[in-house]
Amino acid sequence: MSETHDMKTGTLRLKTGLAEMLKGGVIMDVTNAEQAKIAEEAGAVAVMALERVPADIRRDGGVARMSHPHVIREIMDTVSIPVMAKCRIGHFVEAQILEALGVDYIDESEVLTPADEAHHVDKFAFKVPVVCGARDLGEALRRIAEGAALIRTKGEAGTGNVVEAVRHMRAITGGIRRLTTLRPEELMAEAKSLGAPFELVRWVAEHGKLPVPNFSAGGIATPADAALVMQLGAEAVFVGSGIFKSEDPVRHGRAIVKAVTHYREPEVLAAASAEIGKPMPGLEIDKLEPEELLAARGW
Amino acid sequence: MTAVGTLALQGDFAAHRKRLAALGASAPEVRWPQQLEELDGLVIPGGESTTLLHLMDREPGWWPAVEAFHRRGGGIFGTCAGLILLARRVRHPEQRSLGLLDVDVDRNAYGRQVDSSEGFGRWADGRPLEMVFIRAPRITRVGDGVDVLAWHGDDPVLVAQGNLLAASFHPELTTDDSVHRLFLARLATPLADGASSVA
Repeated sequence: MSETHDMKTGTLRLKTGLAEMLKGGVIMDVTNAEQAKIAEEAGAVAVMALERVPADIRRDGGVARMSHPHVIREIMDTVSIPVMAKCRIGHFVEAQILEALGVDYIDESEVLTPADEAHHVDKFAFKVPVVCGARDLGEALRRIAEGAALIRTKGEAGTGNVVEAVRHMRAITGGIRRLTTLRPEELMAEAKSLGAPFELVRWVAEHGKLPVPNFSAGGIATPADAALVMQLGAEAVFVGSGIFKSEDPVRHGRAIVKAVTHYREPEVLAAASAEIGKPMPGLEIDKLEPEELLAARGW
Repeated sequence: MTAVGTLALQGDFAAHRKRLAALGASAPEVRWPQQLEELDGLVIPGGESTTLLHLMDREPGWWPAVEAFHRRGGGIFGTCAGLILLARRVRHPEQRSLGLLDVDVDRNAYGRQVDSSEGFGRWADGRPLEMVFIRAPRITRVGDGVDVLAWHGDDPVLVAQGNLLAASFHPELTTDDSVHRLFLARLATPLADGASSVA
């Protein structure tokens, strides 16, 4: 049948389409197949394969790179939900390798040590969709202009402190609201000050949202944190160290999933909050040295 | 006004709701089994079927509520993960399901995300129909009481059985609203017991 030969792959609609399927869900960081299985059973919509969770990267230091292909393959063989994996900012060869391994999403992530301090990966060069972090609207639109099919707030990974994720989500949604109030002739000056392409600025001003889904990440540790970023406008939540650095990862994961599903129902959030044991210990952001801030990586 | 809820535990429920609302149906988000009592139709959206299964398992009322809804004639439209949940038998990997629709499916049968694809298939009468497949399941067996309404290559991709409608692709992600129109039209004309119709 000719129709089976005329099919397109790697289009933006297919890339954002997978993100649509993940909405209202929780994507959990895992470092091995056993954790991936636990995450799937806890109700994760996808898992993120990485070498070490952000809290351990923070503690141990050193260069953090893409996960070992054996680990990624083992995780892909173990779970049936989508598997994401991180590459370093600007490391397009790590991205090529992840695509060759067949991961479902690549996260060009500030949690790993950047490979390029000036340039991000050209995401249009890939069939596999790429998600990027952002701290504000200008950064989100620059990544979308490079082909990112999904944006997530950077937050401050590995801290168990939601304050930066909140700051970044408010910056993005506030920036969008502001654009919708401007007159057409004011958009060019706004594009200049955002450092974002004019066509995308005009699109956002007209539609009042990003052209790709908008998730939240970075420091989300409890069911209450997850519901907070959802109520602030996140369409799904990434939880990194929060699950496997907690006292009881299975219970903790399930409680966060429940809080995201029912993020506007305080009684359910109270029940989910009561189900968890001790969350991961948190870090105060202003106690961190400037070079310890992961969100400052990328631009 | 026809009330068509969209299961909003997880997945692309917002895209379905937007389409249903544009076609004049009231389209509430459904997060609790008791809500089914007030509905004429239910959409089970695309999403992760494993996750939806876990979430439905955690609330003891879900399975009996969906079965009761189906028995009293409520229409159910499942896309992708929704098809998987409705199917009689699910493989690759083996997974439980509602089993209301007499088809078997293989999950992720066309490959991983890099193999997701879009283009055109066709209605049973040959008219083209735009289709977006994302980590799509394949319908591997179609029971006697099930009509195939659309094809892609040699694969059945849109099937109906009584008040059930299911697609392995995502009509909610295209600009073509004909599949949602068909679902609403089928809700408006209740079928005789066990009977089915061809679009």
